[in-house]
Amino acid sequence: MNLWLLLAINSITFGGLLFLLSAGFSLIFGLMRIPNLTHGSMFMLGAYVGASVVGTFHLPFWIGALVAAAAVAIFGGVVERFLLRRLAGAEQAQVLVTLGISLIVADFCLMVWTGDPISVATPLGLVGGVHVVGLFFPTYRIAIILIACVIGALLWALLDCTRLGAMIRAGVDDPQMARVVGIRVSRLFTIVFCLGAAIAGFGGIMGAPILSVYPGLDNDMLPLALVVVILGGTGSLLGSLVGSFVIGFIYNYGQALFPELAYFVLFLPMLVVLVLRPQGLFGKQTP
Amino acid sequence: MTATRIGFLIAAVSLLTVPLWVPGDYYVSVCSQILIYAVFALGVDVLIGYGGLVSLGHAGLFGIASYAVAYSLAAGVGHIAAILIGLVLALVGTAIFAALSLRVTGIGFIMITLAIGELLWGLAYRWISVTNGDNGISVASRPAPFGIALDAPSHFYYATLFVFALSVFATWVFIGSPLGASLKGTRDQPRRMNALGYHVWLIRFCACMFSGLLTAIAGILFIYYTQFISPQTLTLTASAEPVLMVISGGSGTLLGPIVGAALVEIVKNIASAYIERWNMLLGAIFVAIVIFMPEGLVPGTTRLVRRLLKAWVKAPTAAVEPTPGEPAP
Repeated sequence: MNLWLLLAINSITFGGLLFLLSAGFSLIFGLMRIPNLTHGSMFMLGAYVGASVVGTFHLPFWIGALVAAAAVAIFGGVVERFLLRRLAGAEQAQVLVTLGISLIVADFCLMVWTGDPISVATPLGLVGGVHVVGLFFPTYRIAIILIACVIGALLWALLDCTRLGAMIRAGVDDPQMARVVGIRVSRLFTIVFCLGAAIAGFGGIMGAPILSVYPGLDNDMLPLALVVVILGGTGSLLGSLVGSFVIGFIYNYGQALFPELAYFVLFLPMLVVLVLRPQGLFGKQTP
Repeated sequence: MTATRIGFLIAAVSLLTVPLWVPGDYYVSVCSQILIYAVFALGVDVLIGYGGLVSLGHAGLFGIASYAVAYSLAAGVGHIAAILIGLVLALVGTAIFAALSLRVTGIGFIMITLAIGELLWGLAYRWISVTNGDNGISVASRPAPFGIALDAPSHFYYATLFVFALSVFATWVFIGSPLGASLKGTRDQPRRMNALGYHVWLIRFCACMFSGLLTAIAGILFIYYTQFISPQTLTLTASAEPVLMVISGGSGTLLGPIVGAALVEIVKNIASAYIERWNMLLGAIFVAIVIFMPEGLVPGTTRLVRRLLKAWVKAPTAAVEPTPGEPAP
């Protein structure tokens, strides 16, 4: 019984991390129609930068998280502004350039941080756990769930209640009409790309105490982000939230119940959804 | 036309004499590897360049062929039967792959193919009772067609070259055929093709099957080349590689994927001996190609050479008017 509960907590935690990873991916994909195959690299880069700030400079964890998010946001901004902007609509070139950049980032991380996995200490104050009705809950994992929920709520508020959000939604629905009514869609692209990158980088350092940081983290996370976004539907925040938790559960329970077919079980629901509902569970039908 | 013919002749002669002018067995093997990946990239190019469908799951099909041959050989089946089993299983896999993924086009197609590729990788990685997991399956011997053992690198090279030449020829015929022409039609104007009475889905399905056939051939060559298969061959990176080869060389050309395959394999096998950060070099090359020659190396170079030639020809006789709208290569 206790094993099931532990698995459930791990699933929700992993779902929270996946949400941080995929929310930006989904927004970028929905707004810009760019398959951003560097998203896993952004997650890894955030984790490495944060780990350095915390481990080498002995600064508090949260400063490390902010630095990581800012650094990855700048990186994302540079990539968008100087490379992806020239390639609007050129799908093949986008695939080539995003894969090329992820190769560069992976090798850069290998050069700077070597191939040894880096473990990041759980931030002070969140070590240990809390006992609720005789059950043990690790504090840090609960903190991740809360933070993911807060970021989800903030993103939702940004998209649904602000002027910027309205402009982004207009850009997602119909970029040409949005341009006609005077919205600078190209600037929205940069903002959304930086935002998505920042959340991914933040997710990277948040996940570091659990997953640790190692070369290949990017390739481990990118397919998961794709699965979540395909399952939930592109450009939909609710979709990536639901998708993240569904995948979090399938991933953890699949590993425990069917170790031989864990990945098969992971990718099968995505395939089923794609075949029955190609736009994803919460996606809109593209015209 | 004559320039093309001379170029073709030079390429054919230099390919035929590789073991004579290439220094050492290692480099002959690298050449075999280039040819194997060129066949793979040609298969992917049929979809990307002529069908407008970017697949990030072809390593899965490649893997089915390789694993099928390796598993059959380990089970004690002969070479010819094993190769046939590999081809048939890979084609059945391709048919399912196509039926699932051709429901959508564009980025949706990329996503579904990626999902199928990952699914197959997951199977290879975890279905230990069949695939032996991370330990992989080894193949004890290479076949000996007409009694010629293929163990020497140069012998294997010639066998690969033969299959490669057949594959290039088959692709050339396919592209030139009415089916190939209608495939290009579905790439550029799917709705118009549909209105004209073409069965767009069926044309794409046929293209997928042909692409799968080339991929399976490459997979079978690969298993005999390395004599070992592990899930590493089916990863996302392995699926991305032929796509990168095609796009960097120039999609929609016969030569592009071959040049792309040569570029990637040379950086991977030869430059990596001198430069420690060869992955970064490869990434930088891709980014540079996108910036300077977005249409790929082969069409980009052709355009450049043609422009230089034109400027060179025009320089003495400035009176000649520039001809507007030169035909695209």
